[in-house]
Amino acid sequence: MSDQKPVNAEEIMAVIERNDTARLRAWLKTCTSCGLCSESCFFYLANENAPEFMPQYKARKTLGELIKNKGNVTRAQLEEMKEIAWARCTMCRRCSQYCPFGIEIAVMINVARQCMRTQEVCPDRLMTIDQSYEEFGNQMSIPDEEFVETCEWMAEEGQDRLKDLEIPIDKEDAEIMFVVNSREPKYYPQDIQEAAMVMHAAGENWTLPSHGWEATNLSMFSGNLRVAGMVTQSVYDAAQKLRAKKICITECGHAYRAAKYEGPYWTKQPGGKAPVEVTHAVQLFHDYMKDGRIKLKHKFKEAITYQHPCNLSRSGDLGPAGEALMDMLCENYIPMEPHAEWSHCCCGGGGFIPMGADYKKTRMVAGKVKAEQIQKTGAKFVLVPCHNCTDQINDLNKEYDLGIKVMSFKELICELMDLPPHMKPEGEEDE
Amino acid sequence: MYAFVNGPLVWIAFAVLVFGSLWQIVSLYKMSRRTDKVFYDHYNPGAAAGSIWAWLMPFGSRSWREHPGLTLGTFAFHICLIIVPLFALGHAVTLEFNRGIGWPSLPDGVADKMTLVFLAAALFLLIRRFVVPQVRIVTEPKDIVVWCITVLPFLTGYLSAHKMLLDPDTMLLLHVFSGCLMLICIPFTKLAHVFLFFMTRAFIGSEFARRGTKTW
Repeated sequence: MSDQKPVNAEEIMAVIERNDTARLRAWLKTCTSCGLCSESCFFYLANENAPEFMPQYKARKTLGELIKNKGNVTRAQLEEMKEIAWARCTMCRRCSQYCPFGIEIAVMINVARQCMRTQEVCPDRLMTIDQSYEEFGNQMSIPDEEFVETCEWMAEEGQDRLKDLEIPIDKEDAEIMFVVNSREPKYYPQDIQEAAMVMHAAGENWTLPSHGWEATNLSMFSGNLRVAGMVTQSVYDAAQKLRAKKICITECGHAYRAAKYEGPYWTKQPGGKAPVEVTHAVQLFHDYMKDGRIKLKHKFKEAITYQHPCNLSRSGDLGPAGEALMDMLCENYIPMEPHAEWSHCCCGGGGFIPMGADYKKTRMVAGKVKAEQIQKTGAKFVLVPCHNCTDQINDLNKEYDLGIKVMSFKELICELMDLPPHMKPEGEEDE
Repeated sequence: MYAFVNGPLVWIAFAVLVFGSLWQIVSLYKMSRRTDKVFYDHYNPGAAAGSIWAWLMPFGSRSWREHPGLTLGTFAFHICLIIVPLFALGHAVTLEFNRGIGWPSLPDGVADKMTLVFLAAALFLLIRRFVVPQVRIVTEPKDIVVWCITVLPFLTGYLSAHKMLLDPDTMLLLHVFSGCLMLICIPFTKLAHVFLFFMTRAFIGSEFARRGTKTW
């Protein structure tokens, strides 16, 4: 590690000045240190209410210190701050809901991350991912050709399950341009196949772009907003080039938030709105079900609960759609408490999953709150519409011996949907 | 001294309160036009008002409901803090005598009891600062100073009304002085949350509303 490199206070101050907004000033002036944010935080709850985990303290020990010292801090101090800003906060924003003044501590932690990123103080894996975005346009270093080949292969293989299944690439004037998490082509290509089956069954006019297909935006979490903007722009550009009506994000949480809510600001879109409407698989599947475009053989019968990803149900607008979709698909849906916009983060977000093995222990400790929530529902199935939540809950399952199975909406719909006769593969009998 | 504190100082204090607060509000507003595009892009008056209203109501927000003890303490503190000085008989009489303005007032007994409630709530909030670990860890000397500035006018007011501790004139002098101090400090300390509350809540209400999320 380049611990001999001096800290460049000017670079840190440049970030602070860029983020010196009236709302940040008002937040700093207003906070009365009432402590109401503490119990909103799952890190605090999972670490036996240790006061060092209370949100205001974390903001004070990171951004607060940087502002107070005008960026003149040592590398050792930055390393300490790194452990707070990345390993004690997922920027889930639940504390903002509990603060009487609505102070956004998550935003302050994010600014602190940006400051530290200028000094290359950041979990190593996240910095590597920034590089991968720059070189390949996605976090998994997949060349575009390989992605297209994977889609072709998945379409072909999927014809065993749905006759004439297609995965159209670069089709112009489609209703939906679907973008994926690069984990899907890398490790779970079935995910692309299942999403394609649902859209095909619903008779959707859709496509995938051969470039700009990466939906995740982990640079938002590394604090490198230049790269974050670049990734978002590539998705917008693809949609505009293909004249797609809507961009639909796969079952991933932060990708939706990045494309719909934060991306327009990184890429300086007028009015803070994405140039092409952004929607999400949860909304798309919800609408298919509601409009009767997908019919079910029967509903899912077992007791099942639903993980509300923070970036869909708190920082995104999909809490109600997720709940409604659960009700349409499942007979026995048991919500966790609290849920929807008040849901606790599972500790997979904020970059935690890609931060890798170094942070796994922290992740398992802080995930206790979610593990207990799941246990209390008594359900043995958990529907999770987010890749990072999926990884985290699978890990929690092992760590806390939950005995659960994690499912996605597309997986569940593919299992339950009643295909029209002309889509059924040869030789398949009606049930 | 007596003449200064009871005369010009009171005027100065009110002037500092009004102009200091206006200056803070206007400069923040101007800055926000330049730096907070996100607010104006998504401003939602309904959500802003809803967010403010819910938090002004005892138990109106989820956070208030989940912390009943603090909610009671906070609301007892703030309600008395606003009502007692506005409607104390002594204040109304002073206003009528000096400016000829008729002003409604509370019976002395009620104001007395509300002052005691205020002092009890203030004591509760102070003790909480030292006893609750997650509050103690973020408590700074300035939090205690601000607490003292807020509590002193009530303490001295009560003592002078009941002719306790010092001779009533001296106590009254301290009362007016500490009252002026509080008014002067409002725009420049954490007491600025008197008006900043409305600005930050309007922001968060709108910001979360564009994501279909409530902040109460």
